[in-house]
Amino acid sequence: MTFVTRGFRGRRQTDAPAGRVPPGQYVTEDFPVLSAGPTPRISLEDWHLRLVDKHGNERRWDWARFQALETETITVDIHCVTKWSKLDTTWQGVSVDTLLAGIEDPGAHVLIRSFGGYTTNLPTADVTGGKAWVVFDYEGKPLTPEHGGPARLLVPHLYFWKSAKWVSDLEFADVDRRGFWESYGYHNYGDPWREQRYTDD
Amino acid sequence: MAGTEIHRRLKWVVAEVVDLIDETPSVRSIVLFCPDWPGHLAGQHIDIRLTAEDGYQAQRSYSIASPPDGERLTITVERVEDGEVSSFLLDELRIGDRFEIRGPIGGYFVWDPDLGGPLQLIGGGSGVVPLMAMLRTRVVRGSSVPVRWLSSHRSYDEIIYREELDAYSRLDGVEIVITLTRSHPEGWPGPTRRVDRAMLEEHAWAAEDRPLCYVCGPTGFVETVADTLVELGHPAERVRTERFGPTGGRL
Repeated sequence: MTFVTRGFRGRRQTDAPAGRVPPGQYVTEDFPVLSAGPTPRISLEDWHLRLVDKHGNERRWDWARFQALETETITVDIHCVTKWSKLDTTWQGVSVDTLLAGIEDPGAHVLIRSFGGYTTNLPTADVTGGKAWVVFDYEGKPLTPEHGGPARLLVPHLYFWKSAKWVSDLEFADVDRRGFWESYGYHNYGDPWREQRYTDD
Repeated sequence: MAGTEIHRRLKWVVAEVVDLIDETPSVRSIVLFCPDWPGHLAGQHIDIRLTAEDGYQAQRSYSIASPPDGERLTITVERVEDGEVSSFLLDELRIGDRFEIRGPIGGYFVWDPDLGGPLQLIGGGSGVVPLMAMLRTRVVRGSSVPVRWLSSHRSYDEIIYREELDAYSRLDGVEIVITLTRSHPEGWPGPTRRVDRAMLEEHAWAAEDRPLCYVCGPTGFVETVADTLVELGHPAERVRTERFGPTGGRL
């Protein structure tokens, strides 16, 4: 049903490039911050990144070893479930493919854990094949704590809550375990182009 | 990080405007009647969808200001500079108009008397909206959970829900403190600066009281307050935050 609201004409964003803004989104130049609690402050000495595959095999990087990995520069559009999209954001980080190098079948799903207790879940197919990175630099500067620094996940093809801030662990398994917002009524997958904002959209 | 788990499909439903309340020169409350409203918890928000005659649509999220109240709910909207949706809601909307809503959304930044307290509510500007839903819930449910409210506004005229807060301040177990950061009337009894550590030490629950803290406002405000609460010894998992940026709507 299309329900017209009397008097509403709206202001179409004519400057947004066609085909780059998913349904229900609007383009912003700002970079809003959203988090459920206080911003964790993690020193680089205390930082780690841990990856576990479905067999329990573990890889662990401290900051120096993580920085020694091959990095990529990524320019992408990002889409937040709260309706803003930001075009042409540039990040530097390590591809999840690089972290997984040599692991044939890590498991069908991954649960991402963050310093501070946040979690989010994704299919492994959505974090491999050049689709996801652990990034530590935004627009040429170290990622600030409120935007997820020292390092956050970047999965730009899904709503941005999947791009977990303060990432600490990537736990692969064959079972899918719901993360934080996925347990609080947000969609389990979160494709902005299909407007999968909330459960069963 | 316990909250209320929600696994229910959210449908768009039509809501009718039954009242409009100008809270401040730039903030308006919109009272909606929605026969299909499934109910909500204090702190949750809704999405609204406006559709123009040519089919163009715009969506935004707004916090619910009212306690659970059957088929009625209230949102409070602040004008955003050049805001496509907020300017319509503040300038054009009339009683009897209808638009689509869906929700309630969000299961973490919520409070219900069953969650207990003491309750610490700290808001900046229109960040007080979801906190007001919590305070109103505490009052209408006749809860005895002790609550402290600390809100920051630029001036006396920009205090949202001023008279209602004044009335609540006379209730047992409710303490209301409002700080005015830019200008204040002569003889203003409250603080007159931005929320800082000393103000939290003086007016907020101490960490030893184990309060449940809800902080909502612009990003810089929430960052400062939440960081300071953690410095003062409040466990991070007892500090729930909600932030909104300058881009319109509630984030």
